[in-house]
Amino acid sequence: MRESTIMKIHYGTALAAVALVAVHILMRLTMGFAESLEYENVLANYKFVPYAIMLELILVLLAVHGFNGLRVILLELKQGRIYEKAVSYGCLAAMIGLIAYGSRTIIMTNMGLV
Amino acid sequence: MAQVSSIAEEQASTLKTITLRIARYNPEHDDSSKFMEFNVSYEKWTTVLEAILDVKKHHDHSVAVRYSCRQATCGSCGMMINGKPKLACFTKISELNSNVITVEPMNNFPIIRDLAVKFERLFDTHQKIKPYLIRDDTELESDAKEFLQSPKELEQYIQFANCIKCGLCNSACPTMATDSSFVGPQALAQAYRYVADSRDKGKDSRLKIIDESHGIWRCHFAGSCSQVCPKGVDPAMGIQFLRGYLLGFRS
Ligand code: HEM
Ligand code: SF4
Ligand code: FES
Repeated sequence: MRESTIMKIHYGTALAAVALVAVHILMRLTMGFAESLEYENVLANYKFVPYAIMLELILVLLAVHGFNGLRVILLELKQGRIYEKAVSYGCLAAMIGLIAYGSRTIIMTNMGLV
Repeated sequence: MAQVSSIAEEQASTLKTITLRIARYNPEHDDSSKFMEFNVSYEKWTTVLEAILDVKKHHDHSVAVRYSCRQATCGSCGMMINGKPKLACFTKISELNSNVITVEPMNNFPIIRDLAVKFERLFDTHQKIKPYLIRDDTELESDAKEFLQSPKELEQYIQFANCIKCGLCNSACPTMATDSSFVGPQALAQAYRYVADSRDKGKDSRLKIIDESHGIWRCHFAGSCSQVCPKGVDPAMGIQFLRGYLLGFRS
């Protein structure tokens, strides 16, 4: 992929995350912080489909943004053909891994499998 | 006679001295660089380069330093002066307001010896962005006419044409310090200089060259390049303009 395409995604995910995380924080303000982390409330959030979809989107946006950011940092830290290939594919794999694991949690909870 | 001696006295009393600390390092023999100190007298107009040449003339001729024009034109005499990248011929001792002046080789450049550094990387990256007008026709073929430009078109790039390739911007850039493949602010500013030139037709090929993993996107807006440029070039601004083309805000 062209670097400019990757960076458009990087800036785009950051902007979208600002909007969605703002909504996420507003939703959390509907109750106290400790209450928000109670088991039943967390489960209820995942079962509320529109909110679960938004959490899933935030997961994807921040995983893409964060791991691409990590790739950038690592590419600037050290150079070399093999190292750079490892960094790029490693970050991509970690990104997919995190999204898969997070999605699994959201989907299983939503379907009442937990 | 009395008058002559009073002039001499006055001169002696206005003659000030500073300690010039010069970093000495020869990669062939030395493990690390060390400083040598010299007392140099200076006048209001004495430059750091003149002080170094004074040391070479009167104390130690083996100090390695690169210079040529002595008037901020050739771009040879860049070095760290009291921790900041500056041209030695364009920095007066009196403006530094310090009794001790430390000169070291520029950061982010390999040292040849003492204050002289290798410029290969700068020349390579500069060449990489095709620093010349690209077009199908040439001046010779097109009815022997010049390529006319309006003052407004000239304004688009003229400050970037002032670059003397001194490398101070590359030396100040934090990305240059760790990314050995980064194209650097000097070359990026020159990429913009040609892309913004109304006579040039090489925009797409240049944008392609800088749009790679160690290209323009590795600039993180530190802005140190523009702060140290002795010729009023603003590489950081040129980089943002180039980004504008790549992100679709400019055409
Ligand atoms: C939602 C608010 C956020 C915004 C507006 C934002 C914006 C940005 C921008 C513009 C850059 C590029 C900086 C540059 O090129 O110099 C960047 C880089 C980066 N971001 Fe974010 N980001 C946000 C959240 C996050 C989060 C939550 C993470 C961690 C998961 C993260 C991780 C990174 C990393 C690792 C980099 C690379 C470091 C760098 O380039 O300086 N960001 N971010
Ligand atoms: S942009 Fe300025 S600091 Fe950089 S090489 Fe050119 S003249 Fe020197
Ligand atoms: S000697 Fe030419 S720029 Fe300083």
